[in-house]
Amino acid sequence: MSTAAPMMVVPRKRRGAELFLLLFAWILVLGAYAQVDLNVTGELSPRFPVLAAGTGIAVLFAHLAVRWRIPYADPVLLPCVVVLNGIGVAMIHRIDLVNDPPLDGARTQLIWTTLGLLLFIAVVAVLRDHRPLQGYTYTLGLAGLVLLLLPLVPGLGTEKFGAQIWIEIGGYSFQPAEAAKVVLAIAFASYLVEKRDVLALAGWRVLGLDLPRARDLGPILGVWVVSLMILVSQRDLGTSLLFFGLFVMMLYVATERPGWVVLGTGLFAAGGYLAFLLFDHVKIRIGAWLDPFGDFERYYQVITAQFGLAWGGLLGTGLGEGRPGLTPLARSDFIAAALGEELGATGLMAIILIYGLIVFRGLRTALQCRDPFGKLLAAGLAFGLALQVFTIIGGVTRLLPLTGLTTPFMSQGGSSLVSNWIVIGLLMVISHHARRPIATAVELDPDNQTTQLLSRAT
Amino acid sequence: MSELAVTAIKVLYLALLWLFILSAVSVIRSDLFGRAVPNPNPVDEPQPLKEPPTPKKSRRTKGQPHRLTIVQGPQSGLSAELAAGVVLIGRGSDCQLILDDDYVSTRHARLVAAEQGPYVEDLGSTNGTYVNGQRITAPTSVSLVDTVRIGKTVLKLEV
Repeated sequence: MSTAAPMMVVPRKRRGAELFLLLFAWILVLGAYAQVDLNVTGELSPRFPVLAAGTGIAVLFAHLAVRWRIPYADPVLLPCVVVLNGIGVAMIHRIDLVNDPPLDGARTQLIWTTLGLLLFIAVVAVLRDHRPLQGYTYTLGLAGLVLLLLPLVPGLGTEKFGAQIWIEIGGYSFQPAEAAKVVLAIAFASYLVEKRDVLALAGWRVLGLDLPRARDLGPILGVWVVSLMILVSQRDLGTSLLFFGLFVMMLYVATERPGWVVLGTGLFAAGGYLAFLLFDHVKIRIGAWLDPFGDFERYYQVITAQFGLAWGGLLGTGLGEGRPGLTPLARSDFIAAALGEELGATGLMAIILIYGLIVFRGLRTALQCRDPFGKLLAAGLAFGLALQVFTIIGGVTRLLPLTGLTTPFMSQGGSSLVSNWIVIGLLMVISHHARRPIATAVELDPDNQTTQLLSRAT
Repeated sequence: MSELAVTAIKVLYLALLWLFILSAVSVIRSDLFGRAVPNPNPVDEPQPLKEPPTPKKSRRTKGQPHRLTIVQGPQSGLSAELAAGVVLIGRGSDCQLILDDDYVSTRHARLVAAEQGPYVEDLGSTNGTYVNGQRITAPTSVSLVDTVRIGKTVLKLEV
């Protein structure tokens, strides 16, 4: 064979780089936690060494699982998530300390984080390949719907903060919509891979834009009705926006027809306007968005969040030096405002950028992936994450009307944390398959010998 | 702690946060192009999967085909780079050129860019691979003028 062989580009595993970034992330997390303790109480809490060792070991285990099962996975995803999750826990710990005696929210969050990491490791080690998931289109779709509608079951669903999106089993409350997000993303991806050729057919042409045929509108109208049902019956603007947005975006990616996006935006705008006219809780949200200072009593939460962000300024007050406890729900919905106050615009930008990196790596995985199902799934998961971050941080900073979504990985709340860890597990599994070299010549053909003979003969 | 120390730590922490982002970005940067290694034996070694982002200038010799393009069929216009040495054609998701056609087998055929010129090899497909209308039974060398038909798709080499 040839001696002057051509240069080949071989994908790298980059596990060393991941380990380095993880170490960096771990230091950042501990730094945040220590800063909170030092600034608020003046000394490190006795739990700190245990925490340092525990998080170190947990992160190391996650890294080893990746190294062992999916060595070609993306090296940036895991460290970014560790930073976000860790800073989130530190922030919750900081708001715990506002109360006297201190609350124990950070501990609960750490337990959920551990569970999330275990599920991440399970996805990485047991699932390993995303392709088998394609076979369960309708099962997963149905499961997702059931999860979405579960909070409406009397006796199981409970109402908190005006939204009926929780279910309560044995004293633990859980937000099934968060799990439904993952399940439905998989179901949408496998459904659209099957049906995209039909859905891409053009119908009427309006203003130079190909709209889909009327008879293909079934799926999008179905999802629209479901998301309106969530909006009406569960009073949850965020979840309904997230589902509809996810479906429309995946439809667009699968069919490459902008007509779907135009149609979807129109449908959502119509639904949103109707909801605005009919429901008080939507009116409050819009009012808090457009004119929060008009009604101090009613829009108190949004107003304190704005003051917090303003007080933080460019560099922030420093972790533990601000007063984020003034905002109600500062540790869940409004954690972005608390972070903006104590880390300043500089820190909040950094955090948004880290979200951006995660989304970017997800979309990059979608581009690189070779099978259409993996492409769609990665694009859907990454976009879902992006949409969620955009709506909640946009809501807190008053770019958009406030929706009760969680800030992924940071907000207090187990269901969101656990589901998002599964999302990252899935993205890393897909990225492993996208970046892995394929042994075409050796594994695939049994008549390897013939090939060699021929190339020697000629 | 004094106010000065608090401020110093605060700024240091923000700097570290941004340094983390910069190092993550630098990992991404170095990740874009993979690692270039000489391939001693393209047949025995596993073939790389990526189409190299930019083929080396020196390999763009004139008249040498370096792309396989679909010229006829539903996916016409799609192409695969030859730079990796082997292009696997089929319906399977691990193929470099995935044809969406019922008459195509999962791993239908492959095109190998050998020293002496590219050749097409059928990988035991059900419906066969045709070069200039003739069904091939052995690896057949192809040039720029030949057409390769697989199922309903016609492929051609391009410069």
